[in-house]
Amino acid sequence: MSRIAATFAALKQNNRKALIPFITAGDPDPALAVPLMHALAKAGADVIELGVPFSDPMADGPTIQRANERALKHGVSLKTVLGFVTEFRATNGSTPVVLMGYANPIEAMGYEAFANAALAAGVDGVLVVDYPPQEAARFAELLEQRKIDAIFLLSPTSTELRIKEVARYARGYIYYVSLRGVTGAANLDVADVAKKLPNIRAHIKLPIGVGFGIRDAQTARAVGQIADAVVIGSRLVQEIESSSREDVLDNISTLVNDIRSALDR
Amino acid sequence: MYDLPDESGHFGQYGGVFVAETLIEALDQLKAEYERYRHDPAFRAEFEYELKHYVGRPSPIYHARRWSEHFGGAQVYLKREDLNHTGAHKINNTVGQALLAKRMGKPRVIAETGAGQHGVATATVAARYGMKCVVYMGSEDIKRQAQNVYRMKLLGAEVVAVESGSKTLKDALNEAMRDWVTNVDDTFYIIGTVAGPHPYPMMVRDFQSVIGIESRVQMLDMAGRQPDAVLACVGGGSNAMGLFYPYISDEKVRLVGVEAAGHGLETGKHAATLCAGKPGVLHGNRTYLMQDDNGQIIETHSISAGLDYPGVGPEHSWLKDCGRAEYVAVTDDEALAAFHNLCRLEGIIPALESSHALAYAAKMAPRMKADQILLVNLSGRGDKDMHTVAEKSGLKF
Repeated sequence: MSRIAATFAALKQNNRKALIPFITAGDPDPALAVPLMHALAKAGADVIELGVPFSDPMADGPTIQRANERALKHGVSLKTVLGFVTEFRATNGSTPVVLMGYANPIEAMGYEAFANAALAAGVDGVLVVDYPPQEAARFAELLEQRKIDAIFLLSPTSTELRIKEVARYARGYIYYVSLRGVTGAANLDVADVAKKLPNIRAHIKLPIGVGFGIRDAQTARAVGQIADAVVIGSRLVQEIESSSREDVLDNISTLVNDIRSALDR
Repeated sequence: MYDLPDESGHFGQYGGVFVAETLIEALDQLKAEYERYRHDPAFRAEFEYELKHYVGRPSPIYHARRWSEHFGGAQVYLKREDLNHTGAHKINNTVGQALLAKRMGKPRVIAETGAGQHGVATATVAARYGMKCVVYMGSEDIKRQAQNVYRMKLLGAEVVAVESGSKTLKDALNEAMRDWVTNVDDTFYIIGTVAGPHPYPMMVRDFQSVIGIESRVQMLDMAGRQPDAVLACVGGGSNAMGLFYPYISDEKVRLVGVEAAGHGLETGKHAATLCAGKPGVLHGNRTYLMQDDNGQIIETHSISAGLDYPGVGPEHSWLKDCGRAEYVAVTDDEALAAFHNLCRLEGIIPALESSHALAYAAKMAPRMKADQILLVNLSGRGDKDMHTVAEKSGLKF
C-alpha cells in the first residue's frame, strides 16, 4: 500500500479527516523549506503538498504567484525541490509528500528522469496542474510503474464524462477545486461542494480532498464534514508572507494546529 | 492532404490542451461551437460581409518595384494588411471570434495584449458588436504603448495593468486566463495569436487564412503565378500562419518565418523562439519556448513589442520540425534599416514587426533572379512605432 493510501486508510479507521496543507517550496527562502515541512507534519498535516515554483503559475491567484516569485528569486528549481524532499525524508518516513506544480519544469527535466528522481527522493504523489488526463497518459504510466500516485483535479464544471476520464488515471486522492477561479480567490460555498461530491463518488472510489477558498478553521470543519480531506494553500502562504523570518515556523504551526483541532472536534 | 491539427488539437507532438481542469469544460464548449459554425453558410457569410465592409478586405497586393530595384534580384510583392481597419492583420481574427462570441451568447470579451494591437482590435469589435471588453496588458507594456492604451479606452474597453512576473505579454496572457477561469459563464476569451489550448491555434489560423487565400488569387492576377517564397514575421505567429496555411500543400512555394533576433542571437537578448528555444508546455499548448535549463520561462527582447513573446504557435513548431517551413531571425538593427528603406523607397511606413520580414526579404532578394518573386506579409502599419523609431534616432517628441 502506498504511503498516501495507508494514510487515508488509517484516518478512516479513526473516523478522522485528512488535513493537507500546501506551501510553495523555497518560500520565503530555501533554508526554511525543510523546517516548514517538519513544522507542518508536527502540527497535524496528514499529507504535505509542496508547490514547485514556476515563472507562469496560470491557475494561481496573487498570493501564490508572489510565493513563486520569492522562491524563484532564490533560484529554487525542480531539482532543488526534490532535494528538499530527500532531506525531509531523512527524518520523516511517514508523512506523504505530493509535488504540485506546472508542466514545463518536468518537461525540461524529462518524464523518465523526473519519475526516477521523484522516486529516489521519496515523493508519494504528483499533481501537475496543466496536465489534464488526456495529455498525461504516458506521464501517469511512468509514475504508476514507480508506485507514485498521479493526482488529478476535478472542478464544479467537470461533466460526468470528464469524471469518468479522470477516474481512469487518478490515483491517491482527487483534488476537487471548489470554485470557479484561481487559488485564494474567494470563499467557497459548502452547499455547492456537497451537491457535486456524490457525482464524483459515483465513479471514483478514491478519497476526495477539497481545496481553493478554505480560509479558516470553521470552513475547514464544514468541508471536513462532507469531504475526506481539506486542502489549505493560499491562507498558509499568506501567513508565510506576513510573518517575519523568526516567527514564521511558530505562526504556521499555530495556524495548522487550529485547523487540525477544528477538524477533529 | 494537410489536415492538422488532429481531433484532439495536436500538430504532431505540439499543440494539445494543457490547462487546469477548471478550463476544460469551457474549451470543450468552444470547440463544439466552433465546429458547428466554421462551415455554417450564414456564419461564413456574416464573417465575409464584415471583412469586406468593416475591415476593408480584400487587402491589395503591391509590387514594390523601387524597393526590388534597390536590392536587385527577386521582385518583392507586399500583402498590404497594414491597410486594414485598425492598421494590422489582427482584426481578421477578432471579427471572427467576436461573431462566435455573439452566437454563443457571451456578452463580455477579454483579451491579452503586448504592443496593444490585438487589444485595440478586440476593443474595436467589442464596440462594433456592443460587448463589454476588458484587456489585460503588462504594466511595462502600458508604459511603452500609452497611445494604444488611450485608443482602447476611447473604444470603451477597460485596460487592466498586470503587475505579475515580467509585467509583459506572457503575464497578460496568464491574467486573462485567470479571468476566464473565474468568469467563464458570461465571458469569451479572444486570444490574439495562433497559440493557447486547442481549438485556439486552429481557429485563429482559420480566421487569419483569408490573408493567404486572397494572396493566391491576387498573385495569379498580378504575376500570373505563385511566389517562389512567402515571408512573414513570427512572434506568436498569427500573420505568418494566415499567409502560410493556404500554401502548405503547394510544395513549390518556400515558407519563411522571420523571428526577432533582438540584439543578436549570441547575446541571449532576443525573442527567436524557434531558432533558439526548446520544446515545452506553456499557455495551454506544447511548443517551442524560450526557457532556462530548469524549465522556467525567460524574458525576451525585441524592438518590436508584437514579437516580444517567449512562445510561438504550435503549428509553427510542427512546420519547423517537419521541414516544411524555414525559420530565421533578424536583429533590431536590421529590422530598423528595412523600416527606413521602405519609408523612403515606397512611401510606406511599416510596423516594426513586419519590418523583420522585410529585412529578411532584403537578404534573400539579391541572391535570386529578376524573374523570381518574394511575397512579404506587411502585417501592420508603423504609426504605432513612431516613438520607438524616433527614440532610436535620438529624437524626442
